[in-house]
Order: sequence, then C-alpha cells, then structure tokens
Amino acid sequence: MQWFDALVQGVLLGGMYAQYALGMALMFGVMKIVNVSHGDLVILLSLVGISLASSFGLGPFTVMVALVPLALALGWILQKAILNKVVGEDPLPSLIATFGLSLALQNLMLQIWSANSRSLPGGGIESRSIEIGGIYIGLLPVIVLVFAIGLTWGLDLMLKRTRFGRALRAAAADVEAAAMTGIDARKVYASATAIAVGILGFAAVFQSLRSTVAPADGGAQLIYAFEAVIIGGMGSIWGAFAGSMVLGITQAIGFRIDPGFGVLAGHLVFLLVLATRPQGLFGKV
Amino acid sequence: MSGAILSTHGLIARYGDFQALYGIDFEIDAGEAVALIGANGAGKSTFLRALMGLLPVAAGMVRMEGTPIGGTATDRMVQMGVAIVPEGRRLFAGMSVEDNLRVAMDQAERLGRKGGWSLQRLHDLFPILKEKARTPVQSLSGGQQQMVSIGRALLCQPKLLLCDEISLGLAPKVIREIYAALPEVRAQGTSIILVEQDVGLAKQASDRLYCLLEGRVTLTGPSAEVTRDAISQAYFGGSHAVV
Ligand SMILES: Nc1ncnc2c1ncn2[C@@H]1O[C@H](COP(=O)(O)OP(=O)(O)OP(=O)(O)O)[C@@H](O)[C@H]1O
Ligand SMILES: [Mg+2]
Repeated sequence: MQWFDALVQGVLLGGMYAQYALGMALMFGVMKIVNVSHGDLVILLSLVGISLASSFGLGPFTVMVALVPLALALGWILQKAILNKVVGEDPLPSLIATFGLSLALQNLMLQIWSANSRSLPGGGIESRSIEIGGIYIGLLPVIVLVFAIGLTWGLDLMLKRTRFGRALRAAAADVEAAAMTGIDARKVYASATAIAVGILGFAAVFQSLRSTVAPADGGAQLIYAFEAVIIGGMGSIWGAFAGSMVLGITQAIGFRIDPGFGVLAGHLVFLLVLATRPQGLFGKV
Repeated sequence: MSGAILSTHGLIARYGDFQALYGIDFEIDAGEAVALIGANGAGKSTFLRALMGLLPVAAGMVRMEGTPIGGTATDRMVQMGVAIVPEGRRLFAGMSVEDNLRVAMDQAERLGRKGGWSLQRLHDLFPILKEKARTPVQSLSGGQQQMVSIGRALLCQPKLLLCDEISLGLAPKVIREIYAALPEVRAQGTSIILVEQDVGLAKQASDRLYCLLEGRVTLTGPSAEVTRDAISQAYFGGSHAVV
C-alpha cells in the first residue's frame, strides 16, 4: 500500500514536471534550442502572478487567465527579438543566448521582488484532499495532473491535425524545404516559442500554489524539465509527458526509501537513461 | 524580355570564396518549358537555388515579369508563384505522404494562391500517392518519393515550376511515368525550368535549352534544332555557340 501510494504521488508530481517539459521538448524538437532560461521564465511568471493576485485580490484561476496570454506574448517577443537571430544548424549560439537571458532574468527578478520567497494564496485548494480507496490525494496535484494531460493531448493534437502543426513539423524536419512550400519559418518559430512559454503560464500558477518561489529557484525547475525531456526522448511530446512520469515516480519512490534520496534517485535514472538509451525511452534514433 | 515570366541578367552566385555562376543571362516565357543541361558541378542546381531565394543574389539579377526580385526570401518566391522540386527531393521525414502534400496546400491557402491543383487531381496523375497516403514518406521507393516531391511543388499552385533532376536514380519505366506528367503541368499554363542530365529527355520535354559549363552558358537554342555535336561541345568545352 505504501508503495502504491508512492506511485500515485509520483504520477501527480510527474504532472507538474510535464508542464515544464512540454515547452522544452517543443522548442528543442522544432528549433534545436535548449532553452536554459526555461526555469527562470516559470519563476518570472510565478512572481508576476503573485503580484497580480495581491494587487488586485485575484484568485488563482483568475490569475491563470491573465497569466497565460501574458506568457504567450512573452514567448513570442522572446523569439522575435532574440532567438530568431541565433537559431540555426548550430545549437551553441542559442544555448549561449538563453544562458545569458537566464542570468539577466534572475537579476531582474532580484531587483523587482528581492530574494524573498513568496507563494500564491490558493483560498484553501492547496490543502484540500480527496480520499480514493483508502488513499488521500491532494486536490491540487490532481488538478495539476489533469491540466498536464490536457495540455499534452492538446499540443499533440495541434501538431498532428492543424495547419500550424503541420507547418511546425515540416519546419522541424527540414526548414529549407519548408520555406520551399511557402512556410515563413521565423513566424512559425515565434508561435512555437509563444506556445512553449504559454504553457509555463499554467505551470507558474501551480508551482506558486504548491510551494514558495524566489528569484533564484529557476535552475531547479530547469533541471527537472531537462531530465524529463531527456528520459522521454528529445522533441517528442508524449515522450516528454512519459519522461515526466518516470521522473516523478522515481523521485517519489526514492523519497519513500529515504527522504534525502528522492531527488537523487531522479538524477540517477536520468544518468542511467543517458548511458543506456541516449535517444530516450520513447525517442526515435 | 517583354514576354518573359522570369529572366536573369548577369546572374552571379557564390559559396563563400568560390564563385559558382559567372553572369548568367536567361529567360523563360509564360507557358514555356526550358531545359538546363550540363555536366556535374556545372552550376545547374546553384542556378535554381539562386532563383528560389536560397542563395544571396543582387535584386536586379533576377526579374519576374520585369520586376527586380533577386534575393527575395524563399517563402515569398512561393507566394509569387515559383515552386521547386529540389535536388534530393527534400521530403519531410517522419510525416505521411498526405501530410507532406497538405503542408503545401495549407500554405497556398494561407498565401492566397489559387490554381488548378488539388489532392484529387494529383491522385489522378500519380495514383500511387492515394494508395500510400498514410505511409511515412521515408518508406517509399525513390520514384514514389519523387512523385510526392513533384506533387508538393504543384500544390503550391506555381506559375513557374523548377525541377532539379527529377529522373535521377530512377528506373526507365518510372522516369517515363514522371515525365508523362509534365504535359499536364504545362497544360495548366505553368512554365517549367527542367534541370536534366539526360540530354535526350531534356530535348524531348522542352521548347528551348541552355547548356551550362563551369558556371557559364555555353549553348542556347530551340531544343528541336540544337545538334548532338553542338551539345557535346557545349558540355565539355569549346566556344559559345548559338543555334
Ligand atoms: N554548398 C556549397 N558550398 C560550396 N560549394 C558548392 C556548394 N554547392 C555547390 N557547390 C559548388 O558549386 C558548383 C556548382 O554546383 P551545383 O550543385 O550547382 O552543380 P550541378 O550542375 O547542379 O551539378 P550536379 O549535376 O552534380 O547536380 C560545384 O563546383 C560545386 O562544387
Ligand atoms: Mg545539381
């Protein structure tokens, strides 16, 4: 029962990681950009959300409604203003650019919000739980998981079924050939990053409901997203979701073995996958 | 040059320090099929890439219906009615036959390009594309892949179609099947620039031809009138001949 409980907690934790990993997988899959500032963007959006909530007395889901469009716009501007100038065959320039952006964002957040930890008041949902078959499950983690599944499913469907999704996959496969069919790659890229950062608008609300956030916390979020994407197979949407689940479950089980072992267990599985199956569990070679 | 749908004027193209084209003067009229022949490395693909905005060229070096358009971005060239069947086919790996074709249809719709090509007509032209609609393109044969690449270009609804060695590596029967589609493309009013190593095929499928040698035009004239001798001289060297 105890292990089953760990499994359930792991799946729920995986729901949070999936919300970070989706955007990262999308940006890598389409543009070969490893966005080092991914975690800092979550924290930035969290802090903006917390400020919105306290300034206007908004509830968490109202904050979400405001934050997601803001995140979409932020991603679009990020791509247009910076990343479109460094994207290309060589992944190094974009890696350096997003690393620089990460440092700049951290400093900016320190200036505006100071180093203090804050969180988003959830009006009680963060502490409510439901009982299913003898196991108590937090309501918030369940909501997080439902959103994660919905976002993964929606993103996958969009990639497969829509005009924009086909253009995105075409540009990912061969950007020059995509241009030969009339695709404006820079525009497609801007929309891709808008979606990747837009998803962080959801993640930011959940992250600041379930724990406190401070300007320097981005790195830890980045690592979890990065590990989930590698475990799942770079650039695959359901792979990123599955990788998040593997990471979440490993951490939860590790935590049961010893509270200090949880995060380490996740890192070990990540290294194990890299060593034995570098293309990821669900990735194409 | 009044009737020319597209023309080049002293077109020069480089790859870094290496100059691949040395002042190409070329023109093609509406509805015309022009073949471009020449040995390996003569600059045929470079010429098509330069037209398509895939290489930097000065604006005045390429004109479309008289308007300077050299160096225009590739997606804008498609919008203006130029499509290419590129060297090596360049299909979108991991996507099905139908999705590869849909990408072009989507963009034609987005860019407001109208024309006679539809999935239905393409299936009539190459029935195998209907049969294999759901198959990932990488598991098709070379000939089938070439049909997808041609189909994808046609669904851009071009006024001018650039074809880069569409017969390369294919069996004679498949080559015949592919070349049999060209008259239908022309019947649509589409002009064709045909890069082809097989001189016989090139002559047969074109109204006029140009021969390139080391980045220069060495021969040009009506396909029916240029002689084997003139071509072999233009192919391998000798003075500029006009027939
Ligand atoms: N990307 C490139 N970088 C440097 N040089 C190139 C590049 N592509 C082509 N070249 C050079 O430009 C010249 C023309 O090449 P191009 O591909 O246009 O020839 P081609 O006539 O199409 O030949 P083929 O019949 O073999 O396809 C060649 O000397 C080639 O080596
Ligand atoms: Mg070539």
